[in-house]
Amino acid sequence: MDKDKTKNPNQNSFLMHILTNRASSMTLAVILALLFTSLLVWIMKVNPISVFDTILSGAFGSTNNFTQVIQAWVPLVLASLGLMFTFTAGLWNIGMEGQIVMGSIFSYGIIRIFDGSDVSSALVIILCILAGIIGGAIWALLVGLLKNFGGVNEIFGGLGFNFIADAIMLFLVYGPWKPEGVANGSTKMLETRFWLPQVEGTYLSLWALGIAIVSVIVVTVILQGTYFGLKLKAVGKNNKSSFLLGIHTNRYMLLAFVLCGVLAGLTGALQVTGFNHVLRNNISGGYGYIGLMVGMLANIQPLITAPIAFIFIALSKGAAGLGIDLKLDSNLAGVIQGALVIFVLIMDGVRKVLNKRNKGVQSG
Amino acid sequence: MFSKRIWTLVSLLVVMALVLAACATPTAAPVAVETEAPVAVTEAPVAATEAPAEPFIIGILTVGPITDNGWSTANYLGAVYAQSKIEGAELIYAENVNVAANPNTTAAQFAEQLLEKGANVIIFNSDDMKDGVTEFTAAHPDVPVIWLTGDFAWEDGKRYQPDMKSESDVFAKMEYGKMMAGCAAALTTKTGKIGFLGPLINDETRRLAAAAFLGADYCWKSIRNETTPIDFKVTWIGMWFNIPGVTLDPTQVADTFYTDGYDVVISGIDSTEAVTEAKKFRDQGEDVYAIQYDYEKACDVAPDACLGVPYFNWGVNLLPVIQSVKDGTYTRQFIWSDPDWSDINNPDTSPIGFKKSEGLSAENGALLDQFIGELAGGLNLWKGPLNYQDGTEFLADGVEATDQQIWYLPQLLEGMTGDSVAK
Repeated sequence: MDKDKTKNPNQNSFLMHILTNRASSMTLAVILALLFTSLLVWIMKVNPISVFDTILSGAFGSTNNFTQVIQAWVPLVLASLGLMFTFTAGLWNIGMEGQIVMGSIFSYGIIRIFDGSDVSSALVIILCILAGIIGGAIWALLVGLLKNFGGVNEIFGGLGFNFIADAIMLFLVYGPWKPEGVANGSTKMLETRFWLPQVEGTYLSLWALGIAIVSVIVVTVILQGTYFGLKLKAVGKNNKSSFLLGIHTNRYMLLAFVLCGVLAGLTGALQVTGFNHVLRNNISGGYGYIGLMVGMLANIQPLITAPIAFIFIALSKGAAGLGIDLKLDSNLAGVIQGALVIFVLIMDGVRKVLNKRNKGVQSG
Repeated sequence: MFSKRIWTLVSLLVVMALVLAACATPTAAPVAVETEAPVAVTEAPVAATEAPAEPFIIGILTVGPITDNGWSTANYLGAVYAQSKIEGAELIYAENVNVAANPNTTAAQFAEQLLEKGANVIIFNSDDMKDGVTEFTAAHPDVPVIWLTGDFAWEDGKRYQPDMKSESDVFAKMEYGKMMAGCAAALTTKTGKIGFLGPLINDETRRLAAAAFLGADYCWKSIRNETTPIDFKVTWIGMWFNIPGVTLDPTQVADTFYTDGYDVVISGIDSTEAVTEAKKFRDQGEDVYAIQYDYEKACDVAPDACLGVPYFNWGVNLLPVIQSVKDGTYTRQFIWSDPDWSDINNPDTSPIGFKKSEGLSAENGALLDQFIGELAGGLNLWKGPLNYQDGTEFLADGVEATDQQIWYLPQLLEGMTGDSVAK
């Protein structure tokens, strides 16, 4: 085999170098996503530079803005981390949204029990978070059980459970848990003693931030530094071979769902006690779905989820100012996020195809 | 040949360059306004040594889009009115401040953004923003906040918050407007069945639905001299506007009303489904109508299908409060004001009005004017004997309701069908 790459005519071109190198192809994907978004904005007769300027200023223009980004990063990174388990096991946990909702319902339920009691608020908050974790885990386990024992694809099972969780939420906030005399899709606000402490003058809870950072480390260690992580990866790469090699694949898939549910439930609990301080419809905030995009870009590397989630949430929070400054819909951030994912996936696919072809040429 | 390492380095440099380029233009974000020109600094010689005048900025959060032809449009135009009357004032706004459109940014956080852009006073336009008002005023106790529809500043109210010293509540007695709507419906209906397309259930919506019923009942019995009771049905959709998958679909609810023989539907929500559906049914030969809400021009989408609209002139009440902020004389207020009975459609004096539409016949229009005249003359429909929906006594014979009894009406009234509280 001729190992001299210069003999492959494809690899001589400047473009080929860009397309076949992971870092440069990803950079190109980002540039293409930005150009695509700029084109859209330009068609809307708005200066793209002012759009990006507004987003950056909305995300980082002040201490308050920055703390809002950090605060919103917490639930997104937790959701994305949870999905690392199911992605590693080769599963698509579309049910993450419902699991966040159930986590929030369980955690709010616990606080309701202790509302007006003399029990220490710290204890109640801890119980609330544990309850959220249990709620999310149960909801995820149900999806896993349906898949393993009912043969229901986890995508359909997850979607179904999302709808059920939403229905339960609506029933509660418009029914037994509604504030007295009011039905507006939200419970009454928690007593402030049940809020996770916030940095004065901001909406940021350092406790929530700490939980998120610890979670990044723990998930990284589990997936990249333990036999469990290795076996889970094996299950995801080749389920049949793993089974033949003695791995209880069903058990590992269930565990992946449960661990994902744990982080989803934790997200829900923090949404209640750390951020919203109420239970309300749409409390999951779409973090389950955005987490899927983050997870796809992170390529099953937990540490990478942290910066990607940060970029995504900075885009979201920064874009909230688009409506104020430029009269653009803040959902433009979703367009940028979606474009990023699509172009990264496209460039990744192109890179793999070209590398495979180059390998074939060299082998031939 | 480029090595992979060089490519990695180049890629990183490109990313860094992009980031630096983006960060290198730290211009203050432009403030979106219906602005007046900033104070010129080049014309007068003295301007060279004096700092330009600080703009006075009004900020408003709207729960829906400012183009909803309903609640948010009316609120926004009220703020525009105030801005136009205050010299040098600018206006900034954030729209769609609701959990469906912006699930991860609270009303308080939107208010923070307005504050950062220099807002001197911030208007929260929805009862749904109660938690946002609470959080924001706690974080910024000295920033003047106006909560439209709120009652935190009402010393005699149940939710009085003495610590919120910079928060004011502004509202107008739309109960009168709803009575006019109910009257117009009762004068027009041929089936004797009136539907009320309700939003979510709370104190405000209950009393407005009840007011519409009182107006309808009065005109049905006293002007039309009907002896059978009027059929007045309330269906709540669960929110001020349609949220697919969360609320009942107001289009379907309006359709059901018309299909079931309710030939006039009074809209209590912030969007225009009732009149749009009335138009659709009329195009099929049905003789049905709707009555809109909130915004003076809300009937314009289908004038012939609309009897009229009780609407707000928010600017009338917003202007003095905002002016006092600018003048430095602001004090906390609770405003829940009557219409200007000398001319309810005067945009400079009456905080609520009623605009007739093409669907209302000339004869019924005259009868409605007669009813409005009676209200102006002191007719009080919140007067006993009145019972709650469950049959228990609300007001004994001859007793007039207090403002507190009206504001915090706990149930619908006897004679109305529909839920008084969410089940």
